[in-house]
Amino acid sequence: MKNPLLLNIAFALLRARMKQSIVAAAGVTFGIAMFIALVSFMTGLNKMLDNLVINRTPHIRIYNAIVPSKTQPIDLAGEFVSSRNFIRSVRPKDEGKQLYNAARLIKAIRADERVIDVAPKTKTTVFFNRGTIQLSGIIDGVDVELEQKLFHMEDYVIDGNIADLGTVSNSIIIGKGLADKLIVKVGDLVQVTTPDADIAMLKIVGVVQFGIAEVDDVQSFASLQTAQKLQGKPASYITDIQVKLKDISLAPAVAKEYAVLFDVDATDIQTANAQFETGTNVRNTIAYSVSITLLIVAGFGIYNILNMLIYEKMDAIAILKATGFSGRDVKTIFIQLSMVLGVVGGSIGILLGYVLSVIISHIPFVTQALPTIKTYPVNFDIMYYFIGIGFALITTYLAGLFPARKAAKIDPVAIIRGK
Amino acid sequence: MMEESVLQAININKYFLDPVRFRVLKDISFSISKGSFVAITGKSGCGKSTLLYILSTMDTDYEGELLLDNEALHKKNNAELALVRNQKIGFVFQFHYLIEEFNVLRNVMLPAMKLGKYSTEIIEEKAIQHLRMLGIEDQALKNANQLSGGQKQRVAIARALINDPLIIMGDEPTGNLDKKNSDIVFGILKDICVENKQTILVVTHDPEFASRADRIIVMEDGEIVN
Repeated sequence: MKNPLLLNIAFALLRARMKQSIVAAAGVTFGIAMFIALVSFMTGLNKMLDNLVINRTPHIRIYNAIVPSKTQPIDLAGEFVSSRNFIRSVRPKDEGKQLYNAARLIKAIRADERVIDVAPKTKTTVFFNRGTIQLSGIIDGVDVELEQKLFHMEDYVIDGNIADLGTVSNSIIIGKGLADKLIVKVGDLVQVTTPDADIAMLKIVGVVQFGIAEVDDVQSFASLQTAQKLQGKPASYITDIQVKLKDISLAPAVAKEYAVLFDVDATDIQTANAQFETGTNVRNTIAYSVSITLLIVAGFGIYNILNMLIYEKMDAIAILKATGFSGRDVKTIFIQLSMVLGVVGGSIGILLGYVLSVIISHIPFVTQALPTIKTYPVNFDIMYYFIGIGFALITTYLAGLFPARKAAKIDPVAIIRGK
Repeated sequence: MMEESVLQAININKYFLDPVRFRVLKDISFSISKGSFVAITGKSGCGKSTLLYILSTMDTDYEGELLLDNEALHKKNNAELALVRNQKIGFVFQFHYLIEEFNVLRNVMLPAMKLGKYSTEIIEEKAIQHLRMLGIEDQALKNANQLSGGQKQRVAIARALINDPLIIMGDEPTGNLDKKNSDIVFGILKDICVENKQTILVVTHDPEFASRADRIIVMEDGEIVN
């Protein structure tokens, strides 16, 4: 009974100053709409940029690093245990790049509940020959299905079909830069020379483009079997094991655990791409601070308009108090008035923000770097809409609070006697 | 003086502090009995309006004791006083103070809606009854600013009556009106007093108006002289 009455009075006061009310609500609308559009767009871009790296990078990479032995023979000799031994010109140990017992390692890691899946890889450098030209390159022998599942490789194959890599024997997918230099296309044969001077002819079944020139100029992919054959190695020859986790934030801890457990080298994505998170954080901070500024400006707009309204409606406030409305009632009226502006402005702002986001997501955005992306990326996370409306309510509450307190303190005697 | 007292003032003192400390009201004591029509009169600046605002509970900055309906008002806080004003006191000011955003009917209903004792339908019926009694029923759905001065003042009286207050206070209720409207307003107040047995307390400097009241309190320099 009581609150609808106060709300009614608030609405009546708003109607009396329709123009200002609309302007004030429009301030909130604009602030919220910009907040949603900006944050959605920024986080969309962030996500895309993150995916650029995260999609293609394993969360944990297990490999054999080329390092000198930690224990030299002299350390094992009993008579020199208490001595200080100096060894100069230590050479890295030739253990080869092969991971021992790779098949069992993969099985063990795949059984780990934190892991999405594991993909083996064997990496080798080759020369691509074309006439008298020799270009150096890298061939990654990969499991075609797992590579698609974990790293979305199909997104980057701009020509040909990735599935052919598994079905066509002695096939290869080469980088765009490499293909341009060699002047070859899908269906052509290309001659490669391995480090051991073996020569092989491979059939091109696809062209891949990651958008990073340095990578596209050297990178190519073959099936695991083709790569092993090329190097004259057995089917157990695996140089890298790539792991994707369900929760990327666990990567550093899990990497350390595997390194100890399997006695191998393991790096995590965070260590490998430390600069990436920094960029994401900076972009998020910019988006939020711009939006918050917009909302604060809108809040000041409401504050000003309410202040004016209170001066104009002194008489009404005085008579409300004289006829039995308490200071708290008057305060409630003005806070409700402000909140009405916040709710109306905020709701329209959310709609407008959504519309803006949709428009942005339809603007063409063609870039060499991202062959699968045709329009600007926008993150339609419902979370930002809740933050937006929450923010609208908080700012309008605060903007209304101070004028409302002033109105509550108005002395009706001073007004009524002043006439 | 066997009649029941509605409003009782005991040793009321009031000071203005600005520009210098100045004693406006000096040991004012009197009581008003139920159903009487009392006029407070005196020259401009004698403190009669100041006294009225103290009696009306809106001014709380005074010394002394005040009893309304045998309830001590000087001990209550602002929220409690607001409730007292809402339930027991009706106001008519020199200026009508209608809220322009509402129509006449809503203006009259407002204090009763605040009290929340009756449903909206009953309040509306009561408001229309009061407007009918004051002869302005046909104006009920008009906006406040479409009415003439006399009509506005009658709406203000209807608003003062809506909660059936014990006492109706007026501060120069006819001050802005011409002779004819002034007579109408006086007649209405007199009727309310006689028919409803409600107490009327009016501050006026109009001697003719004052002379028609049951009882006249004359003030001079912050003291009651008669």
